[in-house]
Amino acid sequence: MGGFAVVLNPFNLLLMLIGILLGVIIGVLPGLGGANGVAILLPLTFTMPPTSAIIMLSCIYWGALFGGAITSILFNIPGEPWSVATTFDGHPMAKQGRADEALTAAFTSSFVGALVAVILITFLAPLVAKFALKFGPPEFFAVQFLTFASFIGMGRGSPFKTLASMCLGFALASVGLDTVTGQLRMTFGTAELLTGFKFLTAVIGLFGIGEILASMESGLAFAGTQAKLNMKAVLQTWKKLPQYWATSLRSCLIGCWMGITPGGATPASFMSYGLAKRFSKRGDNFGKGEIEGVIAPETAAHAAGTSALLPMITLGIPGSPTAAVLLGGLLIWGLQPGPLLFIEQKDFVWGLIASMYLGNIAGLVIVLTCVPLFAAILRVPFSAIAPAIMVICAVGAYTINNAMFDVWMMGMFGIIGYVFNKLSYPLPPLVLALVLGDMAESSFRQSMLMSQGDLSIFWANGLVGTIFGLGMILLFWPVIQWVISKALTAKPA
Amino acid sequence: MMLKHLLAPRSLLLGAAVLAALAAAPVQAAWEPTRPVTLLIPAGTGGGADQMARFIDGIVKKHNLMKQNLIVVNKAGGAGAEGFLDIKSTPRDPHKIIITLSNLFTTPLATGTPFNWKDLTPVAMLALDQFVLWVNAEAPYKTAQDYLNAVKGGSDRQFKMGGTGSKQEDQIITVALERLTGGKKFTYVPFAGGGAVAVQLVGKHVDSTVNNPIEAVAQWRAGALRPLCLFDGKRSIYTAKVTSDMAWSDIPTCKESGVNVEYQMLRGIFAAGGITKDQTDFYVDLLTKVMQTPDWRTFMEQGAFNQTIMTGAEYRKWVEGAEKLHYDLMKEADFLAKTN
Repeated sequence: MGGFAVVLNPFNLLLMLIGILLGVIIGVLPGLGGANGVAILLPLTFTMPPTSAIIMLSCIYWGALFGGAITSILFNIPGEPWSVATTFDGHPMAKQGRADEALTAAFTSSFVGALVAVILITFLAPLVAKFALKFGPPEFFAVQFLTFASFIGMGRGSPFKTLASMCLGFALASVGLDTVTGQLRMTFGTAELLTGFKFLTAVIGLFGIGEILASMESGLAFAGTQAKLNMKAVLQTWKKLPQYWATSLRSCLIGCWMGITPGGATPASFMSYGLAKRFSKRGDNFGKGEIEGVIAPETAAHAAGTSALLPMITLGIPGSPTAAVLLGGLLIWGLQPGPLLFIEQKDFVWGLIASMYLGNIAGLVIVLTCVPLFAAILRVPFSAIAPAIMVICAVGAYTINNAMFDVWMMGMFGIIGYVFNKLSYPLPPLVLALVLGDMAESSFRQSMLMSQGDLSIFWANGLVGTIFGLGMILLFWPVIQWVISKALTAKPA
Repeated sequence: MMLKHLLAPRSLLLGAAVLAALAAAPVQAAWEPTRPVTLLIPAGTGGGADQMARFIDGIVKKHNLMKQNLIVVNKAGGAGAEGFLDIKSTPRDPHKIIITLSNLFTTPLATGTPFNWKDLTPVAMLALDQFVLWVNAEAPYKTAQDYLNAVKGGSDRQFKMGGTGSKQEDQIITVALERLTGGKKFTYVPFAGGGAVAVQLVGKHVDSTVNNPIEAVAQWRAGALRPLCLFDGKRSIYTAKVTSDMAWSDIPTCKESGVNVEYQMLRGIFAAGGITKDQTDFYVDLLTKVMQTPDWRTFMEQGAFNQTIMTGAEYRKWVEGAEKLHYDLMKEADFLAKTN
């Protein structure tokens, strides 16, 4: 409890609020991610005591986690990679005039996810850290396989279109340096392609620009204007949320697990969305503005983002890019992340954990009170706001890498996104393959190196076997379902 | 009121600057940056080079060592090629510097990226980063010789060496070790970052690593890893206890343990090619000031760095030697890019 005393001194509280506000802004601006934001502010914190510094920086991180959802819902532009899955249902909801509802659901479930993750960190940190150690390349591949498997059947349209879209994603993911062989692939000798396709550039283009192009075609009409502009909406949404407890719980579990292992917030949000769709009674409605489709990815993303700090504190491995920057910060402040941090730097660790509780509560209050404000943005005539969005997107794409090339790439992806929409090719499989393709390929090939090319490494022990088995079941779920229903109908006869 | 408050110290500062300039003018018209200086990092956020660059930024800000700001930018693409090509593309621009690691040599050699350190102006070597041979603390090997004997006695590719990246420093050291294992090879498993490599060793997914001290020290202190030897000509100078019974200086050199392999990694600063002597001198002076701060000394000790500092002709000569060394090692390992 000493941690709360540390956080509750006025200076730290002030830093906490500044951190949250900055974080929300960083989260809203696409491109300027949590990792960049924290990295930029890191040198400023060298003159502070380490505990104050980590409180401010981690609050920027919470803020960014909250903020990522805002533009996803309002404009179909994911502010952060982990809010891509939030656009699938959040933006349709905004179009139906339910932006306030979507925002409230997103913020609240973010908070729930974070809270569960912090409680886990508070009570189970050493135990959980041991679990994370069990993850080697085959286990990572199994997790990534599970993510893909839980996402198969996402597209409502032709499965071949889904496959084509996913393959394009894999192809794009393989551009750039191959970590396993150290060779450049498909760069065609150009310096710009060395970095490969940045996930955010693609996503800003595919979703944000694609959406604007589509709106322009439909005569600049944007039907998001009926959103209510008062706090009543928040309360009404809260009444609805408890009935989705199962989705919340599942998403929390996925999120914590992915944050700790560390798989990351982005895969967590996708996996959680995929599973929610699979298990929901209203699964067919997903993608058309289902509130569960907002709850699932947001809960998982925030749970993963929060629990990603656990391996950082206990093992010294970052569970997310932002955690990696924070890790550098720890070293600079003269602290050594790792198993001994909990013993040697009690004040620091418990101060950080207390700031996770308070930071998230403060964050929730701040963003919830702003819901009417955010929803009001949609009342601005679209013809006025569209150019502003274009500029924000372009700035965002530029910021990712400080390269003009990325802005052109964004435009290209915008056109691809528009064409895909027209031809009803689904975008989510492409995005998923782009974000996970690289990682899945690396862990698969690392596993193959370790086993000398023997595939049995994927069921060599109980852990990897279980995850892989789950993945297989999910992959063939439609077939299994069909067989079961056949068997059931066959019996009476 | 507010405006006045904001303005007052500024005009004071300006006055002071003018005075200082007047005072300094007759002595020498030294060059100074006229706009913010970009410090490029040819590696991702969170790694060793990134930490050092951001630390330098922090010291410069904390001690007010430069009037203009430093802007730290990661350009990690293509194993750092992106950063190197960026600074190569702006010759004679005195407002851009880059921090380097071994990929200064390995990236152009392994990928054929059209770049060489001679396209840049060497400014200063800040330190040499060490490499240590680590095994899991529960493994039976107490010395480097024990471990290499086990590799020799095992089947080919039985032992797994985890490392950062492919055809870069970690794998080069691995290949150098393979000269001493009687024809038995390691299975080299590349990972994305040094911290992850250390944890893979703790989780026993690999048998050994050649992590930098700073990447593995936390696990060492927690009793999860055991250092076998240091890839340097002489032992570390840091005698303060890191674990309950060992200091960095207690780790034997590999040579002492009968494993004759030495390798260190450059942590240095380069500026754009073709800048003037005045401009180079400014950065040498700035970095010297950075390295004199107590903060820097603490940082060096934490990471058990070899504090070799070089500038000017001496530095250039060292870099030339290091390039030759990397070329030879990579040629021997068949890591050189194939030129069609």
